[in-house]
Amino acid sequence: MTSTPIVALERVAKTYGVFTALHPTDLQVEEGEFVTLLGPSGCGKTTTLRLIGGFEAASAGRVRIEGEDVTERPPYRRPVNTVFQDYALFPHMSVAENIAYGLSVKSNNIPKAERQARVSEALAMVGLEGLTHRRPGELSGGQRQRVAMARAIVRRPRVLLLNEPLSALDVKLREGMQVELKRLHRELGITFIMVTHDQTEALALSDRIVVMNAGRIAQIGSPSELYDNPATPYVADFIGATNLLDGQVIGRDGDEIALRIGGGTIIRSRRGTAIPADTKNVILGMRPERLLPSAPDVANTLVLTVKENLFHGDRLRLELTAEGIERSIFTELPRTAVAAVSSVDPGSSLVFHIDPTDVMVFAGEKNP
Amino acid sequence: MTLTRRTFPGFAALFSMPFAWVLLLLVVPYGIMISVGFWTRQFPLFYPDFQFGNYAQIFSDPQYTTVILRTLKIAALVTLGALSLGYPLAYFLVFTVRSAALRNLLYMSVVVPLWVSYLLRAYTWKIILGTDGALNSLLVSTGIVSAPLDIFLYNQTAMVITLVYIFVPFMVMPLFTVLDNIPRRLIEASEDLGVGPFMTFWKVIVPLSLGGVIAGSTMTFCLAFGDFVAPVLVGGPDGTMVANLLQTQFGAALNWPLGSALATLVLVIVLVLLQISSRLDTAGRVELT
Repeated sequence: MTSTPIVALERVAKTYGVFTALHPTDLQVEEGEFVTLLGPSGCGKTTTLRLIGGFEAASAGRVRIEGEDVTERPPYRRPVNTVFQDYALFPHMSVAENIAYGLSVKSNNIPKAERQARVSEALAMVGLEGLTHRRPGELSGGQRQRVAMARAIVRRPRVLLLNEPLSALDVKLREGMQVELKRLHRELGITFIMVTHDQTEALALSDRIVVMNAGRIAQIGSPSELYDNPATPYVADFIGATNLLDGQVIGRDGDEIALRIGGGTIIRSRRGTAIPADTKNVILGMRPERLLPSAPDVANTLVLTVKENLFHGDRLRLELTAEGIERSIFTELPRTAVAAVSSVDPGSSLVFHIDPTDVMVFAGEKNP
Repeated sequence: MTLTRRTFPGFAALFSMPFAWVLLLLVVPYGIMISVGFWTRQFPLFYPDFQFGNYAQIFSDPQYTTVILRTLKIAALVTLGALSLGYPLAYFLVFTVRSAALRNLLYMSVVVPLWVSYLLRAYTWKIILGTDGALNSLLVSTGIVSAPLDIFLYNQTAMVITLVYIFVPFMVMPLFTVLDNIPRRLIEASEDLGVGPFMTFWKVIVPLSLGGVIAGSTMTFCLAFGDFVAPVLVGGPDGTMVANLLQTQFGAALNWPLGSALATLVLVIVLVLLQISSRLDTAGRVELT
């Protein structure tokens, strides 16, 4: 990376008494990127965002924005703006007053005419013309969300921070707003840093995703990198669904390793080259959609018994068990493929095949 | 809604007591008070009548108008004093004190004096401000003055100080509640938008706490307006308030019709104030989302 990152965290940590919300963390965000901090609640993602926004003081490390050390600066002296989770609109001001609020500061020195022009521009950008005189209490959830966006972008920040911007909306609205967010990011050309616990949202919107777990960054990568090459079983399980099984390395042959899973079944993988030579116990990861029904003579097969089948319209979701394997294995069959197998009734036995390049292998003893 | 036969006895049993209470102890006395205000006095007796002589006397005799205006002035000063002490205190409790336990303790220490007899608390100031009082002892012992001063007690300042002390909890309570209800994220949002703490206070916190300012000011003003103890204990010769005047009419002056007219006037003033306050409060109300 040659250019200065627009946001950089250098060994930034946050502790509350004995509780560590964020372990020393490094993160660089490039100009114009859409970066998502993803993880379950309590993973440190919101703390990270609040540290960038200036709402939390770092316990250690430096926060840099545009190369400048802003660690000690309060929120009102940072070139970032935030879209708050529950919008935090000022209830005593109209939509227009809310949006103009951040422009009215004396130090900005923006003439009144320009302020009005920028408010109208921001309103148009989020599609809220005509609601200027309403109070936040008279708006729907989606409209409030748009006001919050307009209020944050009207100041033309270098970085827009979004804290769970869509979580308060219902599902239909959320999908529509995802498209809006992506469009705004493209049109504004500024950096977006978003916090979410929704992996679908993260995968759909981000240039890069920062997966967090227990106050640490678990992995950083593009959505497809994270989906195709998760670094840990945790990431594999959090991004998309993955069947995770315990296994033992029983042999290596060039770039292939042979793994024994419960019940004597042997599975071959071409993705175990990074596993240290002396490692014996590993965790296997198989994406449900990579498990395909097959004829018995195909190599790398698993014989599984149907425990339950769930009708999902275009496909069937199967819960499967195998002898010697504790956990259920899940897979999804397209409806068109169901005809090819003998029976999907509970108790029937099916043979599945997985390509060795689709078997993920992680060093480690225990399933997460 | 019509009451069915079956529910009527239960309804009557439940509500007849409070209804009778309100009727006998509020509505009837108000009725008596208002009507006696129109009676005629022929010393030492009063005759039922309907004439406005008592009101004419109140408005024409400067003795009465002076006292009413003075009472309004003192009540206004007390309200202002209580607000300028109560607002920073409530603000400090809500926004500066981090520990919830400490905040509750401090809040209780503001409210707890209400459990102590009102007379006792007013009397305390007589002891503090008097010639042999605590304040003079301090001033003499530190050498600031050579002999005790008698300027602290028996004047309007002493009354205002005493009444502010007595009524400040009524100001702090509603202010604490409204300030505590302001979502912290609104303050964060303001700072996020480049507005510093001082302007955030004026543009976000003050507008959103106006309801508490109105409620606290109304209560303090009305309580101070009707007070008759402070004038007696710490007020001087020019300290008479309308409640003292009223008391005199029913006692020494033995002029119940004039007293009733005066009481009716006080009631009207307070009702007008409450009405204004409620209008202001409704106009300024916002939905905290």
